[in-house]
Amino acid sequence: MTVNLNQVESLTLQGQIAVPYTWWVGRVGSRFLIALRDEAKIIGNRCNRCNTVYVPPRGNCGSCFEDIDQFVEVSNEGVVSAYTVVRFKYPLQPVDTPFAYALIHLDGADVSLAHIIKADLDKLKNGVRVRALFKERSERTGHILDIDSFQII
Amino acid sequence: MDNIAIVGVAQTKYERRKKDKTYYDLVFEMTKGVLEDSGLTLEDIDNVITVSNDFLDGRTISSMAVGEAAGAGDKNISTVEGDGTFGAFYGAMRVLGGFNTTLVVAHSKGSEGDVKHITNGMFDPIFQRLLGLEAISASALQANAYMDRYGVREESFARVSVKNHANAKNNPYAHLPMELTIEDVMASQKMADPIKLLDCSPVSDGAAAIIIANEAHARKAKTKPVWIKGIAHCAEEYFLGDRDLTNPKSLRDAAKRAYAMAGIADPLKSLDVVELYDAFSYMEPLWLEGLGLCNPGDGPKLLDDGITTMSGALPVNPSGGVLSSHALLVAGLARIIEAVLQLRGEAENRQVEGAKTGLAHGINGPCGQSHCVWILGTEK
Amino acid sequence: MARRVAIVGTGQTDHRSHRPDVNGREMIYEAVKRALDDCQLSIHDIDAIIIGNMDHFESINYVDTWSVEGSGAVMKPIMKVTTGGTTGASVAIAAYYHVASGFFDKVLAIGWEKNSESDTTAAIITCSDPVWDRAFYSGAIPSLATEASAYMKQYGATQEDAARVAVRDRTNALSNPHAHLRKPITIEDVMASPMLAYPIKLLDVCPRTDGAAAVVFAADGVAQKIAPKPAWIRACAARHTYSWFGDVDYNAGLLSLQRASKEAYQRAGIREPADEIDVAELYLPYSYAGLKWIEDLGFCGPGEGPGFIRDGHTDMGGKIPVNPSGGVISTNCIGATALLRVAEAAMQVMGKAGQRQVPDVEVALATGFGGCFWSDVLILGKARP
Repeated sequence: MTVNLNQVESLTLQGQIAVPYTWWVGRVGSRFLIALRDEAKIIGNRCNRCNTVYVPPRGNCGSCFEDIDQFVEVSNEGVVSAYTVVRFKYPLQPVDTPFAYALIHLDGADVSLAHIIKADLDKLKNGVRVRALFKERSERTGHILDIDSFQII
Repeated sequence: MDNIAIVGVAQTKYERRKKDKTYYDLVFEMTKGVLEDSGLTLEDIDNVITVSNDFLDGRTISSMAVGEAAGAGDKNISTVEGDGTFGAFYGAMRVLGGFNTTLVVAHSKGSEGDVKHITNGMFDPIFQRLLGLEAISASALQANAYMDRYGVREESFARVSVKNHANAKNNPYAHLPMELTIEDVMASQKMADPIKLLDCSPVSDGAAAIIIANEAHARKAKTKPVWIKGIAHCAEEYFLGDRDLTNPKSLRDAAKRAYAMAGIADPLKSLDVVELYDAFSYMEPLWLEGLGLCNPGDGPKLLDDGITTMSGALPVNPSGGVLSSHALLVAGLARIIEAVLQLRGEAENRQVEGAKTGLAHGINGPCGQSHCVWILGTEK
Repeated sequence: MARRVAIVGTGQTDHRSHRPDVNGREMIYEAVKRALDDCQLSIHDIDAIIIGNMDHFESINYVDTWSVEGSGAVMKPIMKVTTGGTTGASVAIAAYYHVASGFFDKVLAIGWEKNSESDTTAAIITCSDPVWDRAFYSGAIPSLATEASAYMKQYGATQEDAARVAVRDRTNALSNPHAHLRKPITIEDVMASPMLAYPIKLLDVCPRTDGAAAVVFAADGVAQKIAPKPAWIRACAARHTYSWFGDVDYNAGLLSLQRASKEAYQRAGIREPADEIDVAELYLPYSYAGLKWIEDLGFCGPGEGPGFIRDGHTDMGGKIPVNPSGGVISTNCIGATALLRVAEAAMQVMGKAGQRQVPDVEVALATGFGGCFWSDVLILGKARP
């Protein structure tokens, strides 16, 4: 039987991959998230070899490829080194648009932390100083969004 | 390095939704197409590399779907997950490592998944992913940093979009051939500042294949061989905040090694055509800087001065680039294919006259964290 | 001209059901550090890196770029190779070609998985075609159970025969400090364990493991300077024969392994595998494979697997010891699993296998299994080929 495929309706099948995940943060990252949760503080760590202070902290320095064991508290304040005001909506965004993503160079750190800015978007520019606004203690769970957002000072 | 060549190419038309074909069908079509182009038979092929991604295909072991379609039932086979330039690099290694001919085939159907969810998956689940970052917003951070660092204006990015969509009108495979003005781009929907809708590449369905052969088997093919002169890849730091997003240092490193392999001292002089991975308009000038074709910060000037237009000294993305057709993973292989067509003199309306040396480029990861650079030539 | 290639160092984590103390990247770092220490290299000596795992087991897209801090790829070439269960062997074969091609002198191959982070079955069932297979016949167990029952019917093998394979591997694991399951079991234990899908019971199958493996490959001339007795790659071959489970002929043996091993033997000049191979590290995800697939490898004739096992030929001290490491039934961090086979074969050749060392290993075989009844095969040897 020969079929003229151009006359056959093209069907689709709807579906999704539904796999639950439980990611291990690891002890180093846990130290960071616990400090957010319990102390409203931002913790980094310093590579003994190249002296880079990383935020978030990590088990080893990627460049030196050595273990890092020295934690340091960095400031809750810093400077915006790059930003974008997001206008499009998409379900995984944690807040309503418009809001901004920013790379924030915290005082005492050598790298920037990616996070969110919700207010005063018209005042946003690179070099502007910002401060971490923490959620209430009861709402903090040991999560990157225990910092609700950064606020322009 | 022994002489190895690309002796066959095939690509689909890139389009929003290929509703009549599964990706199995696309890979089968490309496998037949690349054999036909080369004049070789499936028996001449002694190994296969497929390129796919489990997130895009909505499937664990996405390569399971396409081995048979690539004619690999009883052949040595492997799979690279990442851009097609990386898969093709592994294909080239296998020819230099003892095989005669590698068939490399890549597919993706962006229309079957949600690309924002998929690119959100590039970000680590603990510190970055829950912020909702995906390709557009992360790239917007890079574009913002680039503008700030060098005083680049949004209009310069818009000009890239205008050029590449216009070039696409000469490419029968392109998804979005368009006659645009800078004003059109500037007025298009704001996505994540400074990126607007017409600064973004589309999400396309498509597939592509090439055959890489050693010198003896290149002679068996009916096509004019395009010789592989140099290939190199390199990755930089992962966290966006760890990187200087305005300095594509991993691209610089890969380009340096690829040029050295190809014996190129002055790329601007030696190269006749460049096909690079412009997933967003700002990427073209930034990658041109990383490729050492101008000083840091001068990328936009190359277009302002007309150097990278079709009539310029070094046309960039005569095909319309990724901005005009973006089947993820396939797009890098398409850059190689476009460079091959240019060097064969078969690029028809988009032909750069007399092209002898071409560069193709692909990226992996957020904001071009990892780059692969290919130098191709008409001479051994 | 392809260059000769050898393995000069291996490293692996101490494999566990879950590793709460480290995230995925940090776990990879552990294995890489151990591999570098093993051959006394620094990360700065490494020219390129290949990494593999299964995307949906941790839901990390672009593992190559995500991993750089742990894999050591900051400002280095890295690419991802992934082929399902065979991934670890495919990564090793890719490392071989990275070096054989002449592009790179010293290359690091990494396989890893943090199975504790997801529901392995929820992820693995998505391997089969969403339109044709996924809704009713998918995941690892149904197809393997089909294979096992077909084999039993064809040759009269029993559940006890298979249990003997599980007992062998689990016993061997007692001598491997890295192994995940290190508790002795008996044939009675296997027989009494819960039935998953006839004839497969809980103790017939591999566990889910968190772990990583790293192996350093080097070019001829370089390798000898790094390791006094490197493990040379004599041959590698892969066959990923099928795309659909329904196409598999379960009575024809494991076709992909027959074909891949035949090619590998030919390349390595091996005619009598059971006589010429001194030790085999086989990717046996379940016990029945240990009966059937040694036939496909030519260790014995069709249907002779159960007798070959019963006679002790594959035990430590036997004619061809199989899985001195304890095998996949003792440790299964999926993306690392096949690379662990290669690492163990290399350690055996290099005389670095400690308490589980098989004496005087000249030639070792390693396999990977995955996807739709796919096989990868590597042959390693003490003699420079």
